[in-house]
Amino acid sequence: MVKPTRVTNTIRALRFAHSEMTQAELADRVGVTRQTIIAIEQGRYSPSLEMAFQIARVFRVPLDEVFQYPEGEPA
Amino acid sequence: MAFEEKRAWVMLLTSVCGYVVYLLLVLGQDGVISELPYIGALLWTIGGAIVVNIVINMGLGMAAPREAGKKDERDREIGRFGEYVGQSFVVIGGVAALIMAMAEVGYFWIANVVYLCFVLSATLSSVAKVIAYRRGFQPW
Repeated sequence: MVKPTRVTNTIRALRFAHSEMTQAELADRVGVTRQTIIAIEQGRYSPSLEMAFQIARVFRVPLDEVFQYPEGEPA
Repeated sequence: MAFEEKRAWVMLLTSVCGYVVYLLLVLGQDGVISELPYIGALLWTIGGAIVVNIVINMGLGMAAPREAGKKDERDREIGRFGEYVGQSFVVIGGVAALIMAMAEVGYFWIANVVYLCFVLSATLSSVAKVIAYRRGFQPW
């Protein structure tokens, strides 16, 4: 059983706020595959700190506007 | 589906199919099991599985040239995880062969245990990769 990540993200909302950027376009700009962007959006993969910064840089927002770590114990 | 996930599926199918063909070829012969000729079947099925694996991967690469060979950090991490999981069977096979050689067990059984462990290693490694791609993978 894969332990789910507690890290949440707003990548999907940020993509739509940035001219409805596609997953493929974001993937190209970060230098990863589209499947990796899909996995991150769905919480199936936690990116490295470096990739997280690269994603934030694409949207020109601070890191904690892209990724959040909610308080409290996981459900 | 990620290109590396497709490659994991191909490895899984070719190693399992190769081993099934090997078993059919060897066990389809008449005689005492430990005296059955196996070397030709073993070499041909291993070689055949490698060739089929390469040909299918080339076909996948030609079908999706933009994806082919494109690996990112997630692919590399899942790849390492899969190899790490599968490695246990390589060690088990090596230790089993060592013990069997010391016990002077027949070459047939030693070769077959090593081959079985290679297949189990490739299978387990591929299954671990596929699950990591499908169910999610957290590197911590």
